Amino acid sequence: MTRKQKRLTIIAGGMSFIIAAVLLVMFAFSQSVAYFFMPADLATTEVSPGTRIRLGGLVAEGSVKRGEGSTVTFAVTDGSGTVPVSYTGILPDLFREGQGVVTEGAFDAVTHSFVADTVLAKHDENYMPKEVADRLKEQGVWKEEGEAATQ
Amino acid sequence: MIIEIGHYALVLSLATALIVSTVPAIGAWRRDSAMMGLAPVASLTMFVLVLIAFGALTWAYVVSDFSLRNVWENSHSLMPVVYKVSGVWGNHEGSMLLWLLILTFFSALVALFGRNLPDTLRANVLAVQAWISTAFMLFILLTSNPFLRLNPAPAEGQDLNPVLQDPGLAIHPPLLYLGYVGFSVCFSFAVAALMDGRIDAAWARWVRPWTLAAWTFLTAGIAMGSYWAYYELGWGGWWFWDPVENASFMPWLAGTALLHSALVMEKREALKIWTVLLAIMTFSLSLLGTFLVRSGVLTSVHAFATDPTRGIFILCILMLFIGGAFALFAWRAPMLKSGGLFAPVSREGALVLNNLILTVATATVLIGTLYPLVLETLTGEKISVGAPFFNLTFGLLMIPLLVAVPFGPMLAWKRGDALGALQRLYVAAGLALVAGLALYYVENGGPVMAVFGMALGFWGMFGALADLWNRANFGKLPFNIAWRRLVGLPRSAFGTALAHFGLGVTVLGIVVVTTFETETVLEMQLGSSADVGGYTIVFDGMRDAVGPNYTEERGHFTVSQGGVAVADTWSSKRIYTARQMPTTEAGILTFGFSQLYISLGDPMSDGGIVVRVWWKPFILCIWGGALVMMIGGFVSLSDRRLRVGAPRRKAKPVPAAMEPAE
Repeated sequence: MTRKQKRLTIIAGGMSFIIAAVLLVMFAFSQSVAYFFMPADLATTEVSPGTRIRLGGLVAEGSVKRGEGSTVTFAVTDGSGTVPVSYTGILPDLFREGQGVVTEGAFDAVTHSFVADTVLAKHDENYMPKEVADRLKEQGVWKEEGEAATQ
Repeated sequence: MIIEIGHYALVLSLATALIVSTVPAIGAWRRDSAMMGLAPVASLTMFVLVLIAFGALTWAYVVSDFSLRNVWENSHSLMPVVYKVSGVWGNHEGSMLLWLLILTFFSALVALFGRNLPDTLRANVLAVQAWISTAFMLFILLTSNPFLRLNPAPAEGQDLNPVLQDPGLAIHPPLLYLGYVGFSVCFSFAVAALMDGRIDAAWARWVRPWTLAAWTFLTAGIAMGSYWAYYELGWGGWWFWDPVENASFMPWLAGTALLHSALVMEKREALKIWTVLLAIMTFSLSLLGTFLVRSGVLTSVHAFATDPTRGIFILCILMLFIGGAFALFAWRAPMLKSGGLFAPVSREGALVLNNLILTVATATVLIGTLYPLVLETLTGEKISVGAPFFNLTFGLLMIPLLVAVPFGPMLAWKRGDALGALQRLYVAAGLALVAGLALYYVENGGPVMAVFGMALGFWGMFGALADLWNRANFGKLPFNIAWRRLVGLPRSAFGTALAHFGLGVTVLGIVVVTTFETETVLEMQLGSSADVGGYTIVFDGMRDAVGPNYTEERGHFTVSQGGVAVADTWSSKRIYTARQMPTTEAGILTFGFSQLYISLGDPMSDGGIVVRVWWKPFILCIWGGALVMMIGGFVSLSDRRLRVGAPRRKAKPVPAAMEPAE
């Protein structure tokens, strides 16, 4: 092979690898990106059952019910809408009624309730899931979390 | 008084940094040896001053001086002393001071060990290091000063975030920063070389030990962080593709690429421009990571405080250094002449492949990490890019690399023999497949793809051994001669083999644990039992306990196999009194490389408790492999030290690859 051919082989190989990677990234984005919704959005946007989304808001007061075994149902609210959520597993240490929460999962095709497989609560008393805090501030439902609420 | 001395030392270090930033660089430009000679002494002074500041802050933590706002916010008089000390960097201000301490530490090391560098290069490197130091000193003094007082002083502190009250905090951040910040030296070398307008194999030889050291520490730091998250958070996960984890992983990937491309440059004078670019990129990713973690754009356990001015300040530092370095690169790089030709199938070719895959993988991680932030800034739309994205893209991209790793060291420089390499490796490949099948049989089923995944891990391990086998010429030479050859191999050969072996071990651990782990959620009453991973777990009830600054309810579990009790453990839920914050302390039992992980959930209405039990087969291989990689790094480093004197001859006028522009 001449010098030019060698270089071309390497460049062509490299380019095809990069193109493959770009296609892979685009495919992965189309498959696995979860959009963030709050209960109010779900009134206006249709989310088809089985599509993974993140649902955030406050855990509605008095809504947490421990059912069979480790299945827990609760409602996520943002002041203007409420979505019932069921979750099987161990809730985070800082999961409490009236606190911010982000759940990830999909709507069940049959029961139309939201089945979460991941529940994220805040990390400490000052932390509120950022998406939730931003939106609650916008909607004016924001209340200073933290010391007052943790009692 | 001690606090004021510390504060004063920090301001003084800024003044020193300003001197090192300017005088040696001007000296290098004017070829003034007196001005250049100032750099090492002043860099050492800078380090000592930052050390005094850091010591003063540590002292304030140890004696619980709550008149310091920073101590009051993040400490408590009842905390054990070890957490008081590690609490120094368990908060934003203190961790930035640690960042700075390590940055100046590396400057001091360059000053001490850089005696055989050409004067202009050393002066420029130290000047660039001082620019970075100046930026971060200004950042600390203007936005994150840990030495601010409170008047009147509160009687008791607010306690450290309970998640951080763990020995992990004492080890993880310093190790991580040694890696993260260590790449600043590579960056400084790259920028200095561009300023100098000259770069050659000797440059690569000087840069390699620094890259290797930083890479070794970063490997250890990431592995440590992963293990810490695993046992402390109580979720049983060891990697979450959390943006903060990615922030440290990207410099690691780029640094790994740099390590390999610098090798090509050192041995063959090829890939010069690329290596310089990679050195700049690696530290840029470190800076980006610092921005992501410290600015508060992400919420995580690492984001201690959110203050927009800090975010903007770091963003400015980021743009200044990355933008500046890339501008300099664009201006100067075309003047660097590229050297050594090579065939696509050769050691160089293999290393180029390594670089290609690693940088593309870095790019996918970068895209996945930044895309949600960019999208939110531009459109306000909120998305999350989670583990499925990274597993798919990064996971698939890594496969060709893992397949190729054992081939690399088998190929000759310049022109390699693919068939010959294959001949030397088919035994390793066969053994890997057999080992994969055997493990598949032992683990009793699962997806068939797992066989190939496990074989890939074994392939990395056996390939590394085959490399040593081959270098010593076992099989062709009589055993005792081959053995003597093996012992006489340079340490770097062992370093390479160990690092590649460790990679294989980690891959094996990842594949086995993701394929065969089981997660069981149980509702347990006193005395009830469950079978997990071949072991029987019996719940012996709950007890209350009190720690120095927390109260806990802990459950006792006895684990037996075949009716014989083999181990027992406590798993608890703690409430830290000062912050009224609960944490979960999982009970972890180790059997060989595998672990049982028992985590407590909520109490149930009928008096029982929800318990989550994971069986994590081979999980220790993940971190064990990283440990082997780290040992490989140190072994290789010990070799390089012996060769530091070697480039002496380069001190005479190097056949200039190019002349400075003016």
